[in-house]
Amino acid sequence: MTAAPPAGPGVAKTAPGPTAPPPTPKSRSLRHALTRALPVSPAVVLLVLFLAGPIAYCAYIAFTDLQLTGQAESSFVGFDNFREAFQDAAFLNAVWLTLVFTVLSSLIGQNTLGLALASLMQRASKPVRTLTGGIVITAWVLPEVVAGFLLYAFFRGEGTLNAILDWLHLPSQNWLFTLPILAVSFANVWRGTAFSMLVYSAALNEIPKEITEAAEVDGAGGWRRMWHITLPMIRRSIGTNLMLNTLQTLSVFGLIWVMTRGGPGNRSQTLPLFMYEQAFQKSMIGYGTAVALLLLVVGSLFSVVYLRLLRTEV
Amino acid sequence: MPVPPTLKSRRANRRYAADAGLLVVAAAFVLPLAWVVLSALDPDAGLQVKIPDGVTLDNFDAVLEPDITFTPLLNSLILCGGATLLTVVCAALAAYPLSRFRSRLNRPFLLTILFATSLPITAIMVPVYALFVQVDLIDTMQGTIFFFAASQLPFAIWLMKNFMDGVPKELEEAAWTDGASSFQSLLRIVLPLMGPGVGVVTVFSFVMMWGNFFVPFMLLLSPDQMPASVSINDFFGNRGTVVYGQLAAFSVIYSTPVILLYVLVARRLGGGFALGGAVKG
Repeated sequence: MTAAPPAGPGVAKTAPGPTAPPPTPKSRSLRHALTRALPVSPAVVLLVLFLAGPIAYCAYIAFTDLQLTGQAESSFVGFDNFREAFQDAAFLNAVWLTLVFTVLSSLIGQNTLGLALASLMQRASKPVRTLTGGIVITAWVLPEVVAGFLLYAFFRGEGTLNAILDWLHLPSQNWLFTLPILAVSFANVWRGTAFSMLVYSAALNEIPKEITEAAEVDGAGGWRRMWHITLPMIRRSIGTNLMLNTLQTLSVFGLIWVMTRGGPGNRSQTLPLFMYEQAFQKSMIGYGTAVALLLLVVGSLFSVVYLRLLRTEV
Repeated sequence: MPVPPTLKSRRANRRYAADAGLLVVAAAFVLPLAWVVLSALDPDAGLQVKIPDGVTLDNFDAVLEPDITFTPLLNSLILCGGATLLTVVCAALAAYPLSRFRSRLNRPFLLTILFATSLPITAIMVPVYALFVQVDLIDTMQGTIFFFAASQLPFAIWLMKNFMDGVPKELEEAAWTDGASSFQSLLRIVLPLMGPGVGVVTVFSFVMMWGNFFVPFMLLLSPDQMPASVSINDFFGNRGTVVYGQLAAFSVIYSTPVILLYVLVARRLGGGFALGGAVKG
């Protein structure tokens, strides 16, 4: 009714009465499409302004020498930031530590422990299953910073871990100083395993009982059943879980920040912490953003692989 | 046909072994949690897990001050509440046409959403900071709320759409025949029917933001606007020696709401849905 074509000034007085031409099928379907798209618009506006916008801006300032002080005078420097990064020992150190952190805590730790917990839960008695699940999930739901403090207390020189080691007559040490990257990796396993556990529990529950039982009657042992039946059947879940774990771990900041601030020195400084230090403590926003862009590109690659894994299901 | 006894007893043994394995892991996982609970009640808490000599609520008394607890928690509530409201409303509106109408744009849009779901948001915080300085949104609650909502939206839309697909279309068609608009049928029919789904999206978004440290750490500067996730740092840096008992008491107060909320939706989160719902597409 109200969507009559805009009338020019000359015809403004002729009321669009019953003589107005009926909407053509084409314009009606266009209006139809617009009405249907309308509800999506608030979300799209938010996503474009606050997510796509910053990403585009990121891709722009990564090529400038923008600094925290003297905002106005930034200039385009091309690939200088990236060239500098790959010659910067501190950057390469951060790349290496990110790799160690991701492999140890996500690929090996969360993934394997999550699968182990999920498959043990298939056989365990209900109270034990509920108790363990509850504890592991609590560690996951806890706010990031609180988790950081709890593990800081656990790994500190006078903390719980050393008390236990003393009690067992094993050598104790100041973990956050001697093996900081190992300590934060364990912290990430503590905090993140619940996710893998939930994913694998769901996947294992979908395996028909008859298949494993048949294999059992045929005399296949636990490991062989795991290797030849269970793992192949849940390989899709393994793929997506590895993907999501890795992405999650790549962007861990608060946990490491609280536990070690990236130190001592830069011995637990993964890429997000390196990015933060360059941008804010050294005021080089352009350089810090170049690092962020690299992180984003790696994340996008993982994300695309993840979409490929899901391809048939979307 | 009865199961042969050997198989049966083997199963029982295996259950004991599984129980034992799980209990070992549970014990290792529970130590840091035990520390926070015990230290909060301990008059002279240190860094180790130990049974307190006497139980006291002094630590809670000491932190239950406007500056230390109430203001940061209120800030958290405003930030996360506002952002959650925005997220859920936008996600519900956006999910509706995606779930109800066929369009060539649905698939690319959903794929983009799913792609964005797994982007490392941490990576864009530095450019977001620079951008917020330029447009004068830095150190404002509303700017932080908008960014929070945007960062949670892709996952929220995805979840919401999956829940909405579960509401049969026939129920709406009757309403349409009676002349109801799509908006009315979304509001009166679809959303009430997927109430638990909306609840899951709401709680999940809220819990995610409540615990997030990096976003408010970057985007807010004035101390009186800091949410609990950032203000908890004050126990370390600025107050000289750390009073671990008070830190623990604050951690307990700050963590309790999200744990309770999680328990509220756990059945749905842990069961069939299992984030798995999102993970598996």
